Amino acid sequence: MSLLDHSALELLALLQSNQVRAEQVVTESLSRIEQLDPPIGSFLHVNHDGALAAARDVDRRRHLGQPVGALAGLPVALKDLICTIDQPTTCASRMLANFRPPYDATVVARLRAADAILIGKTNLDEFAMGSSTESSALQRTRNPWNRDHVPGGSSGGSAACIASDLVPLALGTDTGGSIRQPAAFCGITGLKPTYGRVSRYGLIAFASSLDQIGPMCRSAADAALLLQATAGHDRHDSTSADVEVPDYLKAIAQPISGLRIGILRQQLDSDVDPEIHRAVTEATYVLKSLGALCQDIDLPHSQYGVATYYVIAPCEASSNLARYDGVHYGFRATQLTAAELTASESADLESEGPLVRMYRRTRETGFGAEVKRRIMLGTYALSAGYYDAYYLKAQRVRRLIRQDFDRAYQQVDALLGPVTPTPAFRFGEKSQDPLSMYLGDLFTVSANLAGLPGLSIPCGITVQGLPIGLHLQGPSFAEPTLLRLAHAFQQATDWHARRPPTS
Amino acid sequence: MTPPPTSTPPPVGAVRPYTVIVGLEVHVQLATHTKLFCRCPVKFGAPPNTQTCPVCIGLPGALPVLNETAYYLSVVTALALNCEIPAYTKWDRKNYYYPDLPKGYQISQFDLPMSCNGWLDLSDAQGRCSNRRIRIIRAHLEEDAGKSMHDEIAGRADTRIDLNRTGTPLLEIVSQPDLRSSAEAKAYLTELKLLLTYLGVSDCNMQEGSLRVDANVNLHIPVGSGTPEEIIETPIVEIKNMNSFRAVERALDFEVDRQYREWQATGKQKGEMPKQTRGWDDIHEVTKPQRSKEESSDYRYFPDPDLVPVTTTTDQLEAIRSTLKELPAALRLRLITDYGVTPYDADVIVNQGRTLADYFLAVADQCGDGKQACNWVTQEVLRSMKEGNLTIESFPIPSLELGRLIQSVQAGKLPRSRAKEVFGVMLEQILDLDTTLSRLGIQAVDSGALTDLGRELLAANPKVVADVQAGKEQAIGALVGQAKKSNPNVDPGVMRQILLDLIRQSAG
Amino acid sequence: MKIEPADVSKVALLARLDLSAEEMQAMAAHLSGIVGYVQQLQEIDTSGVEPMAHAIELRNVMAKDVVAASLSRDAALSNAPRHDGEYYLVPAVLGE
Ligand SMILES: [Mg+2]
Ligand SMILES: [Zn+2]
Repeated sequence: MSLLDHSALELLALLQSNQVRAEQVVTESLSRIEQLDPPIGSFLHVNHDGALAAARDVDRRRHLGQPVGALAGLPVALKDLICTIDQPTTCASRMLANFRPPYDATVVARLRAADAILIGKTNLDEFAMGSSTESSALQRTRNPWNRDHVPGGSSGGSAACIASDLVPLALGTDTGGSIRQPAAFCGITGLKPTYGRVSRYGLIAFASSLDQIGPMCRSAADAALLLQATAGHDRHDSTSADVEVPDYLKAIAQPISGLRIGILRQQLDSDVDPEIHRAVTEATYVLKSLGALCQDIDLPHSQYGVATYYVIAPCEASSNLARYDGVHYGFRATQLTAAELTASESADLESEGPLVRMYRRTRETGFGAEVKRRIMLGTYALSAGYYDAYYLKAQRVRRLIRQDFDRAYQQVDALLGPVTPTPAFRFGEKSQDPLSMYLGDLFTVSANLAGLPGLSIPCGITVQGLPIGLHLQGPSFAEPTLLRLAHAFQQATDWHARRPPTS
Repeated sequence: MTPPPTSTPPPVGAVRPYTVIVGLEVHVQLATHTKLFCRCPVKFGAPPNTQTCPVCIGLPGALPVLNETAYYLSVVTALALNCEIPAYTKWDRKNYYYPDLPKGYQISQFDLPMSCNGWLDLSDAQGRCSNRRIRIIRAHLEEDAGKSMHDEIAGRADTRIDLNRTGTPLLEIVSQPDLRSSAEAKAYLTELKLLLTYLGVSDCNMQEGSLRVDANVNLHIPVGSGTPEEIIETPIVEIKNMNSFRAVERALDFEVDRQYREWQATGKQKGEMPKQTRGWDDIHEVTKPQRSKEESSDYRYFPDPDLVPVTTTTDQLEAIRSTLKELPAALRLRLITDYGVTPYDADVIVNQGRTLADYFLAVADQCGDGKQACNWVTQEVLRSMKEGNLTIESFPIPSLELGRLIQSVQAGKLPRSRAKEVFGVMLEQILDLDTTLSRLGIQAVDSGALTDLGRELLAANPKVVADVQAGKEQAIGALVGQAKKSNPNVDPGVMRQILLDLIRQSAG
Repeated sequence: MKIEPADVSKVALLARLDLSAEEMQAMAAHLSGIVGYVQQLQEIDTSGVEPMAHAIELRNVMAKDVVAASLSRDAALSNAPRHDGEYYLVPAVLGE
């Protein structure tokens, strides 16, 4: 029995009642990472010494009777595109392989203030662009349930380390499903909050109007705990909501009887894996048995979500990633001497000049294929003559998608459907065909486009032994409702308590 | 290197066979403490790369937050330029690569700028240009880029980048192509700069880059003899890198002449070649073509997702409008109507800046005579400032003291003939009026004492009395001299009149 | 919607990428596929629909004009690929 078999809330109780010391928890977490992570590959960086020092400091202060923060002694893993002043922040890209931010993200500052222990940085698709973590330039992360399968993405490292019980809490980010889809693939709980709920300051942007940081944990209760510590207004983020943060742990204790749930029938009856269809349908019976009122509901424009998303996200990304040009930080391609240049390179140099050459070589070498594809797509869609047909059109459809949600939430308190059309796929299965990979985001992207919260919880396991995710969505700032539904479901079932087979 | 021009431009005043069409884009640094989207200071002259933060160097993850004061100052300026302020404005990204632009885009305003459709009236009483209304297309807020320093031998050495300036708030004011000569362009810039400094929205220091000007210029050339005349337009050229108003004037003069010669040589018209950018070379006094970037026009503007729109209500605008300071044009009018100053002098005073105008107003209010105050300020004060290389802020005679000096003259307490002497001593020795008067032994002489003195002198000089009575009035001068010798405070004009009156009385 | 390698080449310069010949072919194919898929948006009637640029309806978010600490120069330059202790260094901008 490992200390990390306990949930985050249980560990916190043990810490607060002085039954265990933070140093024990952190040591246990570090040793599990050391022993169990090599075949999984969730961590890009382990903050071994820093984490131990922070844990000892918490223990010392608790011993002296000094106040400690709300997460004092709990290890938290961070997706490696959240800036940390004391650890590298790479975005799993060659471009930032040696980047050390001179500042902390707001969520990091809040976690430090809560005395959480920042245990390390987890792998992701390069710059969060992908749905399998295969586009990481630095490392492969495997699904703990079946190592031939992807963990999902882009927050694949955070999902895998939670599923392997390496840490109790992790942060991921979700731009089109990047928390919820890996949570579904790895059998854990992942919440994408309402846009503006958690500060983006220090989150390295992929698509600024869609990105949101959220908790990835083993249960809805633990997610409530982590959201509580990270949510709230930040004056350094102009898109941060100045809306009071409710008591999430109190909210989840409420019964769900009488809550109205809209079943996304079209999604469920579309081309989803039959096992997923069955598991999600069974989940609705559970919720009904707990008193929830279910009705079918339709989001007519959500079928256009992927097309809309794959215009808006690449457009914003093409601009957000322009800063990686080898001048102020990050990778720079070496300047070749005249003798080393090929004839065509010399000709290019002649026509473009050394600076443009440096830019192009740096970006060509520093970015991987998927990142380049999205930069190209976004640059194309924003360029002269295409703006109206692509970007502006997508912005208009985006509003229609949002209006669908607004209409739905006049009738129901939450929406229910599958997170993904299939369970975790095999490595290489989709990476050669970008469009097939993108289509896997069909059920998750609409929440990002609309800026609304979505939550993924485990609701079954396929005969092959791969987890299945249940998708709960809600209106603006309805995180309490979603967590409450999820918690009630987890009180009634044990899917969230299932662990991957140990090899 | 481009050779210096071979043909000389037509002499000033000569009839030119074309109309000059000029529009100006002026970038003004707003007088804030911090940058437009972060809280780094904007102090000029700091050591390189010491005024930056994650936001303005575009570090991954950093986010912009709009500077409240920068926005307020931009609204103040736009209102003073008679612009419409739309209820809704937003922020756009202008995407291009340059090493002093660390994010790879500039945050600017594209299709919904914070103001549009304004104007600035030119009314030059000094006669350098005619009265004109220059329309303003728009004024929008944007962030400045950093500074690139290139080595002498281009292509050989590294370029050095200083990002202290990056993110400094700029207001870009774009005029319609309403200007018809280099002199008008200069008058527009002069009036604009005056307005901005009166408003206190910018220090307009060109040496420090607080005011930068780009000009778009082409020619309309009438051809053929039929009516209406057929007009040929030459290709529009954008001139950059002009770092003084004088440079703007000279660059436009050069460019106008160059375009005319080029049209004569090639016949090329607008639309037959892409818009050209030329830089002004201050040393050789020529414009030179700048390296054109083939894709430079494709900036891929789109709304910045990191910044939210700004809305302004009519009430908010009226509240700001009510705090607007007096503008130069209004002050000129006030000097003319309330202070009896001539339009020419009103122009001279107002164009010296708000501090000198305030000095004048205080002098005039103290002495109660606008014309006299104007004479003293436009002549003695301005001349002394020029000679002593002084600013009005450091001028040794306070406005109230000068006002009292003028008052003393009017009251007869200070002989008019000695007023400039007193002014000079106050200036040189930095003394107040009373101390100066007593040091110079100037006291008011009452007219009774003067009459007594006159009687004494006339009694002692019967020959002079006889000469005057015989019609040789100038003989009185000798007695005036004697009077001044016996009392230096005697005003010669006053004494002369008293003596003549006494002679006339004795004769009658 | 077919995107030709020549279009890709133009966009690559705008994006400051430098694709090899094979990459160019693959990119043209991938972009054509995605842009073709995105084409379905054209079938939606969006007349009169206000574009949605933000996921949150906020207005007038501003900060006071009060100086806060800047980075030290060392911290600012610490991640630069090349610097001389004072300035960032880049290959000559004027490369003729
Ligand atoms: Mg501009
Ligand atoms: Zn800054």
